Amino acid sequence: MITEDLVREVALDLLRRTVTRLPADVEKGLKDAFESETEEVPKMQLKAILENIKLAKDNVKPVCQDTGITIFYVSMPTGVEIDVEKAITEGVRQATKEVPLRPNAVHPMTRKNPGDNVGLRMPYFNYKFWDRDYLEITVMAKGAGSENMSKLAMLTPSQGIKGIKEFVLNEVVRASGNPCPPTIVGLGIGGSADISGKLAKEALMRPIDQPNEDPEIAKLEKELKEALNELGIGPMGLGGKTTVLGVNIEYAYCHTASLPVSLNFQCWAARRGTVQIHPDGTVKHITHEG
Amino acid sequence: MAIKLKTPISEEDIRKLHAGDIVYLDGTVYTGRDEVHIHALEAIEKGGKPPVDFERMVVYHCGPIMKKVGEEWTLVAAGPTTSSRMNSLEPKFIEKFRPAGIIGKGGMSQPTVDAMKKFGAVYFAITGGAAVLAAQGVKKVHGVHWFELGMPEAIWVLEAENLGPLTVGIDSHGNSLFADVNKSVQGRLGKIREKLGIA
Ligand code: SF4
Repeated sequence: MITEDLVREVALDLLRRTVTRLPADVEKGLKDAFESETEEVPKMQLKAILENIKLAKDNVKPVCQDTGITIFYVSMPTGVEIDVEKAITEGVRQATKEVPLRPNAVHPMTRKNPGDNVGLRMPYFNYKFWDRDYLEITVMAKGAGSENMSKLAMLTPSQGIKGIKEFVLNEVVRASGNPCPPTIVGLGIGGSADISGKLAKEALMRPIDQPNEDPEIAKLEKELKEALNELGIGPMGLGGKTTVLGVNIEYAYCHTASLPVSLNFQCWAARRGTVQIHPDGTVKHITHEG
Repeated sequence: MAIKLKTPISEEDIRKLHAGDIVYLDGTVYTGRDEVHIHALEAIEKGGKPPVDFERMVVYHCGPIMKKVGEEWTLVAAGPTTSSRMNSLEPKFIEKFRPAGIIGKGGMSQPTVDAMKKFGAVYFAITGGAAVLAAQGVKKVHGVHWFELGMPEAIWVLEAENLGPLTVGIDSHGNSLFADVNKSVQGRLGKIREKLGIA
């Protein structure tokens, strides 16, 4: 049985795992980056990052003090009658106290901080309804350092792929060391202004070792990744070979008269986690087993 | 070779540092980010002063996660925040409060480089996000001021012990590793554009 209590507990557990351990693909990307660096300064940055990841995992402590705001992607089977949103929100409250998470969520204008990471539309929920029989919850704990560097461009169709490349190159240079490189660049192309923003974030949910299924898009991902790593911004903007761990692209059809492109930066502390709750109440951790 | 320093740090010792040096820090360090900069500057404008004296001390751009155990605060995680958010406030902050150093991530803009040169301060880059590692370099939390600003924005009084590795990102002689990197990035852009077919 999927009960509200179970969902709350699973959300709490998922948050604890997600903020204290990075997904395997990201950790591997960072290790590879460390191996490939030859200069002292960037090598030391990556060494500190890898040491930090190990310390966080061993001591069950948040990888980064900015545990972010919590953005959820929920895939709902039919027939679930409990209030999933309420249960997850409670899980966020509890995680804030118990993990603990830093209380980051504030009113956008008064800047008042309720202290529990809960407020109007926060945590934020994205829903999908599907015909599988289990509930799937994915969370992204998104820090501000990388989010603040993100950008939307409403390009003209005539700017085309060249315009997209130019935009990405300029933005990565502009962001420089601020989003805690090596970063993952999430690109949402097409749709509308808001849809491209959502796609950019969804692109970041895909592991970096999994190229887009569309070979043309996969080629663009690879081309951009290689080009960006030639910039030499390096870990923390102190110079070096690895500026990005990956470039992930998602796209949607758009109006013939527009070309929206959103870029969402993900810092090296790419905290995303997925869990499934099956109808009999079994819980299956997808990204953070064990 | 890594250099060991203890706060307060004299101007003489700060002037000996050069961009690229690796430093480990001991002694009292104050956290201070957006709100601390704003409120400290406001306080002296109104003839008052902030609750701590920053002179020759080190200010850490950090919004930590703290946990209260009994009556004592303990540090859970304490990595740096993005320093560039303080770009517009830091030169004035350095002029008024004369800190010996700022710890942060991402670097700071030219007016801060200039202020550091003029008043004998440096910028220490600490690895962004490496919060547990940084917390290992803090052996005690002495207390907190301006807690009403919220946990991340308050002034936390930390006792550092071997806090690091810190890379001198901006020294007191006008050198900035970040500016150097930017310059070489600009130099590479042409070739990269060509490769991407957008030259
Ligand atoms: S950008 Fe990421 S790694 Fe850097 S401080 Fe923010 S959350 Fe942490």
